[in-house]
Amino acid sequence: MDNKLLEVKNLHAGIDGKEILKGINLVIRPGEVHAIMGPNGSGKSTLSGVLAGDPKFTVTEGSATLHGCDLLSLSPEDRSHEGLFLSFQYPVEIPGVSMVNFMRAAVNAKRKYFNEPPLSASDFLKLMRQKRAIVELDNKLASRSVNEGFSGGEKKRNEIFQMAVLEPRLSILDETDSGLDIDALRIVAGGVNKLKTSDNATIVITHYQRLLDYIKPDFVHVLYKGRIVRTGGPELALELEEKGYDWIKQEIDG
Amino acid sequence: MEDKEKNDNRLLDDVTNGGYKYGFVSDIDTDIIPRGLNEDVVRLISKKKGEPEWLLDFRLKAYRHWLTLEMPRWAHLDIPPIDYQAISYYAAPRNNTEGGPKSMDEVDPELLKTFDKLGIPLQEQKMLTGMAVDAVMDSVSVKTTHREKLAELGIVFCSFSEAVKDYPDLVKKYLGKVVSYRDNFFAALNSAVFSDGSFVYIPKGVRCPMELSTYFRINASGTGQFERTLIVADDDSYVSYLEGCTAPMRDENQLHAAIVEIIVEDRAEVKYSTVQNWYSGDSEGRGGVYNFVTKRGLCRGDYSKLSWTQVETGSAITWKYPGCILAGEGSVGEFYSVAVTKNRQQADTGTKMIHLGRNTRSTIVSKGISAGHSENSYRGLVKVAPNADGCRNYTQCDSLLLSSTCGAHTFPYIDVMNDTAIVEHEATTSKISEDQIFYCNQRGIPTEEAVGLIVNGYAKEVMNKLPMEFAVEAQRLLSLTLEGSVG
Repeated sequence: MDNKLLEVKNLHAGIDGKEILKGINLVIRPGEVHAIMGPNGSGKSTLSGVLAGDPKFTVTEGSATLHGCDLLSLSPEDRSHEGLFLSFQYPVEIPGVSMVNFMRAAVNAKRKYFNEPPLSASDFLKLMRQKRAIVELDNKLASRSVNEGFSGGEKKRNEIFQMAVLEPRLSILDETDSGLDIDALRIVAGGVNKLKTSDNATIVITHYQRLLDYIKPDFVHVLYKGRIVRTGGPELALELEEKGYDWIKQEIDG
Repeated sequence: MEDKEKNDNRLLDDVTNGGYKYGFVSDIDTDIIPRGLNEDVVRLISKKKGEPEWLLDFRLKAYRHWLTLEMPRWAHLDIPPIDYQAISYYAAPRNNTEGGPKSMDEVDPELLKTFDKLGIPLQEQKMLTGMAVDAVMDSVSVKTTHREKLAELGIVFCSFSEAVKDYPDLVKKYLGKVVSYRDNFFAALNSAVFSDGSFVYIPKGVRCPMELSTYFRINASGTGQFERTLIVADDDSYVSYLEGCTAPMRDENQLHAAIVEIIVEDRAEVKYSTVQNWYSGDSEGRGGVYNFVTKRGLCRGDYSKLSWTQVETGSAITWKYPGCILAGEGSVGEFYSVAVTKNRQQADTGTKMIHLGRNTRSTIVSKGISAGHSENSYRGLVKVAPNADGCRNYTQCDSLLLSSTCGAHTFPYIDVMNDTAIVEHEATTSKISEDQIFYCNQRGIPTEEAVGLIVNGYAKEVMNKLPMEFAVEAQRLLSLTLEGSVG
C-alpha cells in the first residue's frame, strides 16, 4: 500500500544564506509515529519550521507533499488548514488575547477554508470543554491570555490542547518534553496518545528516550548535520540513550 | 521576499482605498452660508439660530480674541497652512433650519437613510433601546431620541441650540466655565462660530438609565464642523456618555474644531467615551479631517469622578488633550486612550491632569499604535498644585510599532509643587514580533486577522473601559483600520 501522508524529498533549506538541511528524505504513512532525534544543531527545529512554513527559513531545493498537495507552495495558514500542526518548542505569549478568542479565530479560519459557516458560540464552548479535558487543563484557561503567565508545563499542555481542537492529520511535536516534570510529561504524552488514530500521524522531535517511553515510535530517525543518517525501530532510541551520539558522529565524520 | 512585499503593498492599497466604509456622501438639500469669516458671519450664525443677545456677545468677544491669536505650533505635527476664509462656517440640512422638525415626518428621508447606514436609526420603532442618541449633521442637531423618557427623570438631553432656548439659565451659568474662549486658538474659533452640539444635565441623585450619545457626521463639502458639548452632572448623579464621528472621503481637508466641557459636582461620576473615526485621508495623505478639539472636565465636587476613554482611529491630523481639573477633595480623573495612526496620519494626543484638591487621584493609560508613515505622539501633563496634599498619579504609556517608517513619541510633562505627591510614569515601546504572527499563522489564522487579534489584545485595557454597546464595534474598527498595515 502506498498511502503517503507526508513525503519529503531531497529537502535543502537554510537561514540567512546558511544551509542547515542538506537533503532530507522522509516518508510518513497514516497511523505512524516517527521520532526524530539528533545532537544539538543538527537541524531538527529547522525541519519542523520549514514544514510549517516559518518565513525565517528559505527552501533552496527539494519538495514536500502533505497527502499529495505541494506543501511548500502553501501559506503557513493553509498548511495548517490542510492538517499540519506544529507544537512549538517555545510557544509565544500574546498578551491580552484570550485563549477563547484565539482558538475561535483558529477554528473559524479553518471552517472558512472548507466553506463551512463559523461555529456557534455554544458549540464552540462545548468543543473547548471537551478538548480541555484531554490535557487536564482547567476552566480558567479560556479567559487567560495566550501563553501569558503559563508555566512551562502549562504551555506544553496548551499546545496539545490546541492540537486536540484542530484535529490535525500530521502533528509535529518539537521538543515537547523540554522543561516538563515527570507528571506534566505523562499528561502531555497521554494527550498525544488519546489523539492518535489510524488516519493521523505524529513526528516527535526529542533529545531523550524518556518521552518515547510514553509515546511509542514506529520509526526512529537520527538527524545529523542536516541529513537523516540512520533510521531504525524503537531499539535505536534505546541504543542512543545508552551510547550517546558520538559513535554515529564518528561513523559519519570518519 | 519581493513577492511578500508586493503582496503587503497590494493589501495596503486595498485597505487605504476601500477600507473606510463611512466615506459616502448623502445627497441632502443643504443650506450653506458663503465661505469666509468676519463679524457679520458670526452675527449671521447667531441670527440663524435665533440666539439671545448675551450669546452673540460671547461669540463676538471670542471672535475678537481669536483675531489676536496665532495657530499653536508646539505639537509634534506638520500642519499645512489653513485658509480660514476658505471655509463655510454653517451648513444645515434644509428643512431643519427653522426651529427643527416637529415630527419625524418632517425630517428629510435621505437624512434618516444616512444615519440608518451609519447604524444609528432615528425612527421611533427602530431606535436603539439602551442608548439615547443626538444625531448631528454638519452644523445642526437633526434629532435627539428618547428625550421624553429621560425627561421623566429630570434629565435634560437635547441639542445645544434647544438648550439655549429652553434652559438659558443653565447654559449661561456653565458655558465657557471650563474651557474659556481665551483657552487656545481653536477654542476661541469654536466659541465664535459653534453651531450645535449636545447639552446634558443630570439632576441631583439621578443615575442616568441609558447611555447618552452624540453622533457627529460631516456631510457638506467646503465646511467645517464646530460643535460644543456641555455636560453637567449634579451631586450624586451618574452618566455615561459617548460620541462617534465619521465623514465622507474627500480630497480636501475639513476642519473639525470642537469643545467639550464637563462639570462634575459632589460625588457625581461622568464617563465620557469617544470612538473617533473621521476620514483619515488616502495613502498619500490627501484629504482627511483635521481634528483639533479641546475637551476638559472640572471635577468641582468632592469625591467626584471623571473618566475619559477614547479610541482614535481616524482624522488626518489629531490635536486633542482631554483633561481633568481635579478641584474637589478626593476627586478622581482617568484617561484611557488608544490612538491608531497609519499611512500619513499624524496624532498628537494625550491628557492633562491638574491636581488642585487634596487627596486627588488620576490614572492615565495611553496605547499608541503606529503604522505606515504615520507619526503618533503622546503628550501629557500631570500637575500638582502647592496646596494639594496626598495626590497620586499613575501613568502608563505604551507604543506599538507596526512598520519601520512610522514614528512614536512620548512627551510627558510632570509639574509637582507638593512634596506629598506620588507620581509614577511607566513607558514601553514594542513591535509585533514575527514569532507571534507565525504562531497565529500556524494555527490557521491569516496575518491580517492575527494583527487584529494582537492589536486588540494590546489595547484591551482601554477597550474594556468602553460601554458594552460600543466595545464590539470598536474592536472591529481597530482590526479593520490596521488591515494591511503590517510590514
